Amino acid sequence: MHRGSVPPSRRDVIAALAGLPALSAFLEACGPRGAKVPRYDGGIVGGSAALGHRLFAGDLHLRPVARTERTGTAILGSGISGLSAAWTLARAGYSGFQIYEAEPEIGGNARSGRNAVSKYPWAAHYVPVPAGENRALEALLEEAGAIAERGNDGRPVWDEAALIREPEERLYFHGQWVEGLYPRLGATREDLSQFAGFERAMRAFSAARDGKGRRAFALPRRLSSPDAEFAALDRLSMAEWLARNGYASRRLLWFVEYGCRDDFGSSLAETSAWAGIHYFAARLEGTSLEDDPAPFLTWPEGNGRLVTVLARSAAGRIRTGALVFDVTPSRSGVVLKLFDPARDEVVQVEAAHAVCALPHFAARYAVAPLRERLRERGREHAAVFDYAPWLVANVTLRERPEPHGFPMAWDNVLYASKSLGYVVATHQAGSDHGPTVLTWYHAFAGEATLPARQKLLSASWEDLAATVVADLSLAHRDIAGKIERVDLYRWGHAMARPSPGTLFNPDRRQAAEPIGRLRFAHADLSGLPLFEEANDAGVRAAESILSEERLPFSRLATP
Amino acid sequence: MTRPGADPAGAGATGGVPAPAAAPGRDGAIRPGPVYLTVLVIATCGLVYELVAGTLASYLLGDSVTQFSLVIGVYLTSMGLGAWLTRFLERGLAQRFVDAEIAVAFVGGLSAPILYFSFSSPRFFQPVFFSVVVLIGVLVGLEIPLMLRLLRTSVAFKDLVSQVLTFDYLGALVASVLFPLVFVPRLGLVRTSVLFGLLNAAVAFASIHIFRDRIGSPRRLVLKAAAVTVLLLAAFVMADRLTNLAEETQYADEVLLARTTPYQRIVLTRNRAGFQLFLNGHLQFSSVDEYRYHEALVHPAFAVNPGAKRVAVLGGGDGLAVREILRHPGVESVTLVDLDPAMTDLARNHPLFRKLNGESLSSSKVTVVNEDAMVWLPKGTDLFDLVFVDFPDPNSFAVGKLYTARFYSMLKARLDPDGAIAVQSTSPLFARHSFWIVERTIAAAGYVTRPYHAAVPSFGEWGYVLAARKPFDVPARVPPGLRFLSEANLPGLFAFGPDMARLEVPVNRLNTQVLVRTYEREWKKFE
Repeated sequence: MHRGSVPPSRRDVIAALAGLPALSAFLEACGPRGAKVPRYDGGIVGGSAALGHRLFAGDLHLRPVARTERTGTAILGSGISGLSAAWTLARAGYSGFQIYEAEPEIGGNARSGRNAVSKYPWAAHYVPVPAGENRALEALLEEAGAIAERGNDGRPVWDEAALIREPEERLYFHGQWVEGLYPRLGATREDLSQFAGFERAMRAFSAARDGKGRRAFALPRRLSSPDAEFAALDRLSMAEWLARNGYASRRLLWFVEYGCRDDFGSSLAETSAWAGIHYFAARLEGTSLEDDPAPFLTWPEGNGRLVTVLARSAAGRIRTGALVFDVTPSRSGVVLKLFDPARDEVVQVEAAHAVCALPHFAARYAVAPLRERLRERGREHAAVFDYAPWLVANVTLRERPEPHGFPMAWDNVLYASKSLGYVVATHQAGSDHGPTVLTWYHAFAGEATLPARQKLLSASWEDLAATVVADLSLAHRDIAGKIERVDLYRWGHAMARPSPGTLFNPDRRQAAEPIGRLRFAHADLSGLPLFEEANDAGVRAAESILSEERLPFSRLATP
Repeated sequence: MTRPGADPAGAGATGGVPAPAAAPGRDGAIRPGPVYLTVLVIATCGLVYELVAGTLASYLLGDSVTQFSLVIGVYLTSMGLGAWLTRFLERGLAQRFVDAEIAVAFVGGLSAPILYFSFSSPRFFQPVFFSVVVLIGVLVGLEIPLMLRLLRTSVAFKDLVSQVLTFDYLGALVASVLFPLVFVPRLGLVRTSVLFGLLNAAVAFASIHIFRDRIGSPRRLVLKAAAVTVLLLAAFVMADRLTNLAEETQYADEVLLARTTPYQRIVLTRNRAGFQLFLNGHLQFSSVDEYRYHEALVHPAFAVNPGAKRVAVLGGGDGLAVREILRHPGVESVTLVDLDPAMTDLARNHPLFRKLNGESLSSSKVTVVNEDAMVWLPKGTDLFDLVFVDFPDPNSFAVGKLYTARFYSMLKARLDPDGAIAVQSTSPLFARHSFWIVERTIAAAGYVTRPYHAAVPSFGEWGYVLAARKPFDVPARVPPGLRFLSEANLPGLFAFGPDMARLEVPVNRLNTQVLVRTYEREWKKFE
């Protein structure tokens, strides 16, 4: 076993990173004094905040415009919502659009990377098979080759290679790996009865409909019932809802919180009960919570596969490294100003339409009317939109750690850790031996966002890599010696948190309303940071432009 | 703890006890509480060793009634012997007591590993076994009489006997309850025996402290006890490895070779009739009857595609299927894909393997690829006329994926339109559902299938699936010179009696791996 030696400064940093108390305790315990250089390589790959932060510096607004360009539809942002808008326009045969992306890489929260061993995700890494009617997503997945054939009823038969290969999940619990995510080992009768009760409750929510026949919890969210009966759940946190309904089993609370941290980057107390319930109820169509509510589709590069498919339709129309810092709707269209750091110039773009597919934290500084709103109403207004900082590591291994108990699965979770565990990039390729890449996730949940973000962005690669390795070592004592690289992505603002009281907040609804010919499309406008939401938002924005332009197209979005 | 005068019995040093040599000017009275605790511990340990020996003998030799009766009889007699021997001990009782504790810790603690190892040479097992039992019995037999004599100066005799024996029997109860319910299931036999050895060592330390006034040279005892403790701690930490090594004892025959590779554990054993290969403890072949298995795997497929030139074997690193393939002179190339280079090296270089596989892997027609077949298949585009799928049974997810519809459709992409595959498919008799899952899965991947079976005495009734991209007749021809297959018995292999008949089963897919779970459930009945 490689004993991660820790100079005091690193311990302090790690302790300061908070949210990782188990890790710092572990390092404390096994770190003899005296620094030793880790034997693995790596670096900080992404998450440079410098360019993005120029949005609110204000200095760009003073620069002269070097030249003016024109386009039909300007799409701001190349995340899933922006790319989905482009994909929808291209499907209708409309090619007069241009995508502007500030980062050097496209993909937003679905970005991915690759090395000699495997492709791997940098963030979002799976999509549940669409439940019920989601024609847009189904069409996209069909393009991605995830549908092997159609059954007699026309329903898709999902491709075995894209469905997650068993073993799907395992949990490191009390010193051994066990199958599944709910810690059954040693559970008392009370634990199991609470788990069963919770499952029944979620099933009931899943079946619940309002007077107009709308599902209480649907995906995308806009199809859910807005009735007060269900909306009232948004005023509670998931922690409060569980307590009020008598759920106190520590195993159950862990299980539910893991879901919230994994999907939203938030603790039970930071999650709206409506969102927490939605996580389980919207997808619950299978047999039980434990064997996946709905099967998942995944690829070695995670949702990066879908980015590639979407981006095909925008080939040659994506401009990266272009920071749009000013968006002004006019009577006849939308005027944008973008900063090109490579040429150090400001370019003006005059578009007939624009889709702002930026996350709201950026949109509120780039879009002139939103800047105005922010100035008038202050930070309290902005607090509806909170974004979890995330640390994602891709750990390249020369060989796999020794197995202890249940074999390596796709998703590998550590019960005693605040991290989210790791997924194995080579799992879908059918490889069970030899080199691999583990994608390790940590959401900074349960702590103040700003200090956590600042600490994340100011920590060095050495400190963060040591944290990742220490966390993996909790379950794999032999792993440090098998690591070739630890590459890191620091997400200052990863995904929007559905904080209590914010989902049905009028400010959120207002943020999604079009201003003239400027439309907004982003998952954070729904409050649920999900692929389905981003895709739906982009498709709808594009279809609304096609309608306004009276162009023929076959509608994908569910009305 | 010495608390002069605090003892109600206040016996003082009045009895005929030899005065403790190293307690000048101090009262020899002992506080009995901690002492009774040590009695409880040593009694528990004593019984645990007896149980370890009895359990191990039952595991390894079978016939648990005989083994347990013998162990109990010999153990109790030895304890009597130990008790009798104490009459010859006159001086330095405390020191002798601590010595006995250290010895029990050593022998008792290491008893399970010692017995596991000694089993690899059956001729010596019985003598070693009874020596260990007698030795532990004698040492444990020393403990209580010595303890009684040590305490005689501090406690009234009637209290002494009553208390010591009470704790002694209580310890027996603790051991007999915890051993089967907690220790064996949680720790396994080796760690259990080592753990109790550590407890005995702890008693040694405690006794050195308790009787420190009566012990001449405590430092030497401390050193001895510490050495035994370190040894036992090491054994505790390495118990897995010890058990792994000792696992060879589970093979009924002489172990010729045992090797742990990154992928599996390879064990080769030999008996009078021939030699056997085990992977992860599962029999792969016995040289006595492997010809039946391999003839049945290979030749029926050649009847489907008699002109086959390009052949692949997936799994089958022993080279035995390749030997049968090379009987067909039309074959121009054989690609053997086996995950484990250690296995194919063995098949190529070990004299026993070379003799059995006729040096098939050294043939110029044969190319060996060491890769996971699932990873290897999609890398190439060249086609094969015949593919033989000879993986171990689907007893883990990593092997189970090689039995999925996805795998068979990847394989189909590498199969000539006139090509055929033959897949070893576990036993249709012992694992009937599993067998038919394999058949149904191959069919679901778009093949025409014909399942068949053959009797291989070492395995039992064994199953295969012959499959092709186009419909084909039941094979009728085999090459001359075979020992098992003939044109007369070949059609019979394709008929299934009622006890092996087809069942309604699901398709095995990557995202369900229903075969691994079914297989595990079915074979459990026979273990």
